[in-house]
Amino acid sequence: MITLGFVYVLAGLTFALFAILGLQDRSNPKRFGNAAFWGLLALSMLAGDRLGDFGNGLLVLALVAIAGTGQIGRAPGGDVPADVQTERAAKHGPFLLLVALIIPAVALAGTFLFKWVPGLADPKQATLISLAIGVLIALAVGMARLKPPPLLPLQQGRRLLDAVGWAAILPQMLASLGAVFALAGVGEVVGDLVGTTIPEGSLFGATLAFGLGMALFTMVMGNAFAAFPVMLAAVGMPLLIKQYGGDPAVVAAIGMLAGFCGTLMTPMAANFNLVPAALLELKNPYGVIKAQIGTALPLLAVNIVFIWLFAF
Amino acid sequence: MLVLIGILIIIAGFLLRFNPLLVIMASALATGLAAGLDISAIIAAFGKAFNDTRYVSIVWIVLPVIGLLEAYGLQQHARTLIGRMKGATLGRLLTSYLLLRQAMAAVGLTSVAGHPQTVRPLVAPMAEAAAEAKNDALTDDQREEVKAFSAATDNIGLFFGEDIFLAIGSILLMKGVLEGYGYQIEPLHFSLWAIPTAIAAFLIHGFRLRRLERRMAKKEASA
Repeated sequence: MITLGFVYVLAGLTFALFAILGLQDRSNPKRFGNAAFWGLLALSMLAGDRLGDFGNGLLVLALVAIAGTGQIGRAPGGDVPADVQTERAAKHGPFLLLVALIIPAVALAGTFLFKWVPGLADPKQATLISLAIGVLIALAVGMARLKPPPLLPLQQGRRLLDAVGWAAILPQMLASLGAVFALAGVGEVVGDLVGTTIPEGSLFGATLAFGLGMALFTMVMGNAFAAFPVMLAAVGMPLLIKQYGGDPAVVAAIGMLAGFCGTLMTPMAANFNLVPAALLELKNPYGVIKAQIGTALPLLAVNIVFIWLFAF
Repeated sequence: MLVLIGILIIIAGFLLRFNPLLVIMASALATGLAAGLDISAIIAAFGKAFNDTRYVSIVWIVLPVIGLLEAYGLQQHARTLIGRMKGATLGRLLTSYLLLRQAMAAVGLTSVAGHPQTVRPLVAPMAEAAAEAKNDALTDDQREEVKAFSAATDNIGLFFGEDIFLAIGSILLMKGVLEGYGYQIEPLHFSLWAIPTAIAAFLIHGFRLRRLERRMAKKEASA
């Protein structure tokens, strides 16, 4: 049976090859830092379960030390010239689009297949496993038809990852910070603080505090999942559900979505907000957040009104 | 109260634009110390969480495929396609993607599209081409805004579609937390109550995409 372990091995090998190719790139003054950074990430993917908690912690400290002191960076150049791309696009265009669509198509098909036919792959991880298989199929099909130099996909992939840089592990780092916050009881303290700000006897005030609290605490944590149990315990359960008799399904479902509005407005949700800015090579790292605020704020207001209208 | 110091460090660190990895590590250490943990326990807790969340970083395995396709001109082809479709305006293109992303997420297909898989190689270049079709003098700032809105549209479609799906993590979390308080609620109820917000998100963001299209069609003096 295929498990997530297979995907980790694949990711580990990919990062390891990025590290080796990066080391050989003499045009990059930061090649040693890059090689160490992606090499450590490869080690984490391949052997993380054998390093122990403290060993993994030291690995993270090393990653932070390398990136935090500015030891990683991208090499200049290496792009395929635009006129060559245009010429090749005229020749291979429709085929390229087809290969690009293989990844989502296999992810889709595999998700259903692995759920319907048990025993092939871990059904809980069906989409991630299918995504990895889709990548392998797309790569094989692309290589067979285009016949590029054998290392070209890895070299170009490495250049894309170097452009993203340390932001590539930011989401994983923030998720880990959330675990430390949970251990230290940060949520309970924030919940108590919000609980004390609500005017006595005001249903709309309590609804407003719940919705805004979900959004604000999500912005701090970068994740509505972390905010939900806290805000529910502080405001949702004692006031909206118990005291005012609100429908718990409405309070929970729309409260969670109010939190999602917060996700759109915070750099802490790095994988949604900062990583795409790096991936699209935007000048402003907060450009995606800027584009989202105009949707997030009115939608937050709508969610608060929805809870008030539908729950009571 | 002392444990909130980690939140202050995060906010200050991001505002002052220190390297976020350093800020996160400093915040984790300060929070742990304030809660009375010793350094090695904090490092071990962070290391365990980092190892448990590795799946977050495996999406980068798509990069060799994207790199190969881009070297052979995928972005150019995406642009050419849009150039050929006469009705494909910027607003219509991104609104269609918004709807598609919401619909896919609503049936649980959240990882099918995304920033590395679809936005960078396809959606952003198509959106740029659609904007260029109306305005041959797109400035760098306008181009940047079109790309930012392409990424934003992916996020909004995902967030306000996925909660309609029964077996998504957030619904299981809500069910679990409410069960802890003694409320037994079927996942379907949470799903249904996600629909009004999904519609509102589509209308609000769709309206903003129309305004974006008008704004991008105006020629600006290049800065």
